Amino acid sequence: MTQNRTNYLEFEGISKNFAGVAALSGVSFGCAEGEIHALIGENGAGKSTLLKCLAGNYAPNAGRIIIDGRPVKFDSTADALEKGIAIIYQELNLLPESSVEENIFLGQLPSKGWRIDWKTLHADAKKALERLNLDFSPSILLKSLSIGQRQMVEIAKALTRNAKIIAFDEPTSSLSSREIERLFAVIAELKAEGKIILYVSHRMEEIFRICDKITVFKDGKFVVTYPDVKKVTSEMLVKSMVGRDVSNIYDYAPRDHGQVRLEINNFLAPGLKAPADLKVKGGEIVGLFGLVGAGRSELLKGIFGAARSTAGEVFIDGQKATIKSPIDAITRGLVFCPEDRKSDGILGIHSVRDNINISARRNSLICRLIINSGWEKSNAAKRISDLNIKTPTDLQLIRNLSGGNQQKAILGRWLSENIRCIMFDEPTRGIDVGAKNEIYNLIYRLAISGIAVIVVSSDLPEVLGVSDRIVVMRDGLIVGELTHQEATEEKALELAMIPDAAA
Amino acid sequence: MTQNRLPASAPAAKRKLLNFGNIWDTFGMLFVFVLLFFVCSALIPNFFTWINMKVLGLSVSVVGMVACGMVFCLVIADLDLSVGAVVACAGVVTSWVLQQTDNMFLGIACGLACGAFFGLMNGIFVAVMKNNALIVTLATQQVARGAAYTICGGVPIGIMNEKFYLLGDSDILGIPTPIILMAVCFVIFGFLLSNTIFGRNSLAIGGNNEAARLAGINVVKTKIVIFTITGIVSAFAGIVLTSRLTSGQPMNGMGLELNAISACVLGGVALIGGNGRLHTVIDGFLFWGRWISP
Repeated sequence: MTQNRTNYLEFEGISKNFAGVAALSGVSFGCAEGEIHALIGENGAGKSTLLKCLAGNYAPNAGRIIIDGRPVKFDSTADALEKGIAIIYQELNLLPESSVEENIFLGQLPSKGWRIDWKTLHADAKKALERLNLDFSPSILLKSLSIGQRQMVEIAKALTRNAKIIAFDEPTSSLSSREIERLFAVIAELKAEGKIILYVSHRMEEIFRICDKITVFKDGKFVVTYPDVKKVTSEMLVKSMVGRDVSNIYDYAPRDHGQVRLEINNFLAPGLKAPADLKVKGGEIVGLFGLVGAGRSELLKGIFGAARSTAGEVFIDGQKATIKSPIDAITRGLVFCPEDRKSDGILGIHSVRDNINISARRNSLICRLIINSGWEKSNAAKRISDLNIKTPTDLQLIRNLSGGNQQKAILGRWLSENIRCIMFDEPTRGIDVGAKNEIYNLIYRLAISGIAVIVVSSDLPEVLGVSDRIVVMRDGLIVGELTHQEATEEKALELAMIPDAAA
Repeated sequence: MTQNRLPASAPAAKRKLLNFGNIWDTFGMLFVFVLLFFVCSALIPNFFTWINMKVLGLSVSVVGMVACGMVFCLVIADLDLSVGAVVACAGVVTSWVLQQTDNMFLGIACGLACGAFFGLMNGIFVAVMKNNALIVTLATQQVARGAAYTICGGVPIGIMNEKFYLLGDSDILGIPTPIILMAVCFVIFGFLLSNTIFGRNSLAIGGNNEAARLAGINVVKTKIVIFTITGIVSAFAGIVLTSRLTSGQPMNGMGLELNAISACVLGGVALIGGNGRLHTVIDGFLFWGRWISP
């Protein structure tokens, strides 16, 4: 590695653990002034965690961040911003109901005594916008701007704080191509001014176009920094993003598949860009892989009726099923374990028993109205012992359980139904390795009993490890399919990341 | 995985403390009420007399009935500000129908239908059109109050039907009928909340709306039913009040909604939803009733 300039920003052995799970371990690399540095890796490889450590969102468990030769420590994002570090997140941190100028100077509004100095504010904001060649007035409300313009406001905010280091987290994911061009022009200018740009993206073509160096992450570890982007190919990048030692927590064994149990034809739901077709046989586990924003969750939610599908048909066991709401899906034996357990899955303030019985209790009522508490108690006890849910009693509030046990309780909720097809969205997210293995075994058990299973996951080894067939999505489309035998991490990632890889 | 076992392996002393907390959660308000009751009995002359108890019970019986519906609204993390106006409107409607037809059952039925209508409107605007319950029920409050004034022309409508007086102005086994009716409401709504699928679904919706929907609960339907029931029970309270006052008065039930909410919150119903048991609400309600009455 040639190092003409000394690095302005240096990471030294940064580690970060969440509840014992290492999200980053010993990451070290550096960036020089006037450099656009791409950070790439699979979902969960640690890029975003690193940015959050840099921004003062998280305090690293170990290691230090050195800026301009001095180690720094941030108490908060405000503190980091003060010291010249700005992160432009995917979801922008702006106030939609306030004006652009207030957003730009939020937290440091100019004042005369105790009053806001609107004149100075307006003039300064105007200057900041002009610097980025933006032609809208600083006094309009932020919510009237497009996503791309809002991003520019965020950049203007960073510049008025004299940010030296600006990090972008998936900045182009919701921009139009014209807005992307403008963003790149601004980034190029920032580079010319000697700023350090950290650029996190899944889009290869962008990285090759604007970045100078590329650092690859894998499983929270630094893999390699390519100092010259011109000497790198996307195949090389993909290779360095994967190629790990696959620990054997999947215990995959081939199963016999029966008839097609779930079939969707020409299916469209919000977030999908083209009609999707999918067939899942009884006993088959289909993995749905794609990067964040590829439309996997949207597809599942559409099938389940949680989001209204806009076109297409769903067949369950050969019979056409009209699914307009989750209730329709559940009564037909199609069930769903959502990705965000806390907000979509569990009733945190209710007991494990209630959480297990919430759906099934409708079939056990006395006179179709009154709760059969005896049945509920024994049903909960049955699920708790059957699924090995670790809880002191069934009256424990479910939010006090670990992620793995919460997931098992949600699964237990469905076992009292007559399930024909089950869909998991990120079944092991935030779950530690031991519990992951238990979840996989439960998924296999469901498949062996003849149920059609769909597993959505961003965790590539997981998808490859548990699925009989891997369906890959990119940008709201189904772009390819791989069997368990032919699937490799390289092939799946190429399909998921590189346009026209399937051709 | 080890952290799950923590509550079970906690030291015995800690567990005891936890139990005390549970007991306090459940019976704390009752305890405070009993204490307050004894203090009042000791300090205020003529407090602990049968007559005074009857007056006290009567004065809070309307709020008690309304609170039954309000518990459900609060449990799903909404609230209903129209109940006071519905009390008035249902009373006026009932007395107007009585004045026109002298048919007691028709009068009561029209009063209840009036409550059901306002409740249904609340439910549709909140659950189907996804408007904020605060705004919707505030609007309904204005509409119902206005309707009450319009129907009676601003003057109370006197009632001549002697049989109708029985609802509000009679005793059963020495206890005034409104108090009995309130107790019946408590029993019915308590049972609804804790022992029926409707009540448990309500709790689930308040606990986590989206999770409840994804678990197959018909959130929209449940919410509509809750608002409708609240309207009906408020109308019933209004009819009983009208009977006691022997006239339908458009200014009845002013500020009643806040009293009902106070009683519920004192009874441990979480304003953020998902939590609430009716027997603790009764304790809170008793405390509140003692507190406001002279």
